[in-house]
Amino acid sequence: MRRYMPVLALLALALVLPGAAAATKTAYLLTQGTMSAYYALASLGLCALMGYAGQISLGQAGFFAIGGYGSALLSTLDLRGAADAPIVRALDRLGLLAGGADSAGALALSPWAACLLAILLAAAVAALIGTPILRLKGHYLAMATLGFGIVVEKIARGTAAFGGADGLSGVPGLGLAPGLAVTGGREARAANFTIAWIVLALGLLFLVNLMRSRSGRALRALHDGEAAAGAMGVDTARIKLKVFVLGAVYAAVAGALLAFYNGSIGPGEAATTKSVRYVAIVAIGGMANLSGTLAAGLVLNFLSLRGVFGSLDDGVFGAVLVLVMLLSPSAADYRRGFSEFAQRFAPTPRGSRSGAQAATPGRAPGDSGPGAPSGPRVGGEAKR
Amino acid sequence: MSAILAAAGLSRSFGGLRAVDGVSFEAGAGRITAVIGPNGAGKTTLFNLIAGALSPDSGSVSFDGEDITGMRPHEVARRGIARTFQTVKLSGRMTVLENVMIGRHTRSRSGFLEAMVAAPWTRAEEKSMRDISMAAIERLGLGEYAGREAGTLPFGIQRSVELARALASEPKLLLLDEPASGLNVRETKGLAELISGIRGGGTSILVVEHDMSLVMGISDEIVVLSFGRKLAQGAPRDIQRNPEVVAIYLGEEDADA
Repeated sequence: MRRYMPVLALLALALVLPGAAAATKTAYLLTQGTMSAYYALASLGLCALMGYAGQISLGQAGFFAIGGYGSALLSTLDLRGAADAPIVRALDRLGLLAGGADSAGALALSPWAACLLAILLAAAVAALIGTPILRLKGHYLAMATLGFGIVVEKIARGTAAFGGADGLSGVPGLGLAPGLAVTGGREARAANFTIAWIVLALGLLFLVNLMRSRSGRALRALHDGEAAAGAMGVDTARIKLKVFVLGAVYAAVAGALLAFYNGSIGPGEAATTKSVRYVAIVAIGGMANLSGTLAAGLVLNFLSLRGVFGSLDDGVFGAVLVLVMLLSPSAADYRRGFSEFAQRFAPTPRGSRSGAQAATPGRAPGDSGPGAPSGPRVGGEAKR
Repeated sequence: MSAILAAAGLSRSFGGLRAVDGVSFEAGAGRITAVIGPNGAGKTTLFNLIAGALSPDSGSVSFDGEDITGMRPHEVARRGIARTFQTVKLSGRMTVLENVMIGRHTRSRSGFLEAMVAAPWTRAEEKSMRDISMAAIERLGLGEYAGREAGTLPFGIQRSVELARALASEPKLLLLDEPASGLNVRETKGLAELISGIRGGGTSILVVEHDMSLVMGISDEIVVLSFGRKLAQGAPRDIQRNPEVVAIYLGEEDADA
């Protein structure tokens, strides 16, 4: 049960904090608390991908934007001009349209349909680009995902349909129940805080379960070495793609819900600095650490939204990222790794046994001259 | 003797170097087959060609009557071949039990979505993975380490954990890449008993090894490689008397002296 404590804590806070905020007359903080929860959700998805599976992505904001822009565009796109088109009629029959030909307002996809389509789109894009780029590793994967993020940002900024630098606004609320919707406005504020934190708690719960499962172990094994994971039967390419899509879906859900909550979305959500921010939050949270990512995501985004970092905002995330990289235990591993690496080229030929065991495939035949530690053993045995 | 594994004309070059050059051999079902040879003879390359970590330039590998040439490692694993590595490859931050449970991957099914919502049937599967993995851990005398992070353990223990992981998959064929390297004489003896015991359970074994004492004691059949080619194949007794084999090992001895 201990592993579910953070989930339960989130649920408790989801219910308690709105009341506490009202009692202390700080209900205005709930708005930033709600937004922080959605940003934290996007970070959680990246935590699964980067922290656990070891696949870096600098394109998380791209998927966030696809979810947000997709929902905003599809739920506001006026279909009245095409009301007689077969596809619009079919959508109407399926009950996927909001408004109607007879109503005074616009005819558009219902928010739910828009939201689901946008998330599916993000998943499809992730699957499409993930297939080639997940063959890359390390820096190369980072650069490829960075490129993807830049493409999404430029499309968002440069396309008239996406509102250019202004983004899209007038996004309707996403109705959950009568009188309850993911939407902005003072009267919906407390309820939306609770909705966002419950969504975040669910997102966390799913990942806590996943990481303790067969698939979660496979992801962690993948992180530590593809050769071993593959040799034990893990289809490394497939599971990488799965977790990449999963991370994208988390970001897209977060982006969609934030667009409905704010009633708008702008190109800033697609910015590379946002992607870097998600990476920083996962790193600060301790990489393969869901609760840490969650806490870092909530706290840092909240402070940022409150304007605590002032005009240095993204700079703070960058600086914290540098610090974490320098101080993290894995950085210590790298430093140790370097000294071992250096020792291998030290003049003494009799190195450590395990270090000298590297009979690599590319080694020349008979290249077992001085320094090959197992040679004498074999020779000694054969002589008898 | 029925063969569980058959390599035919396997070749693989790296740059201009023919690391494995037209090697053919068979490994008998339920037997221990050893591949020996000096450093750089192509043993590990041969192993990687069988396990799917490398693709051959030419030649074929068949396992249990099926052509597995060029299959990827996980496809090979799913057919019942488990392996260990010359340099231990464990997940250092996972516990010994979790590492060994990876060995059950091919024997279990539950996927992402079922795991995320903790579907009831995944719990039963998880329990069976845990039980069988614990049994493999106990078998290797690692019970006390089950909850420890693998990366914190001594090298010899890690090597055993890797073997437990391979055993947990209940393989038809076990590939051991230099299992005795880094072990002392006493540990090597224990390893020999263990390998014989695994064979006794019906698992076929292919072992690449430098340590002749281990190989001569336990093998049913020995394949000798030199410069990427098969030099000889036969029972340990015959191999020990084979003048060519003696020559390459003595030759290496000279080079070392």
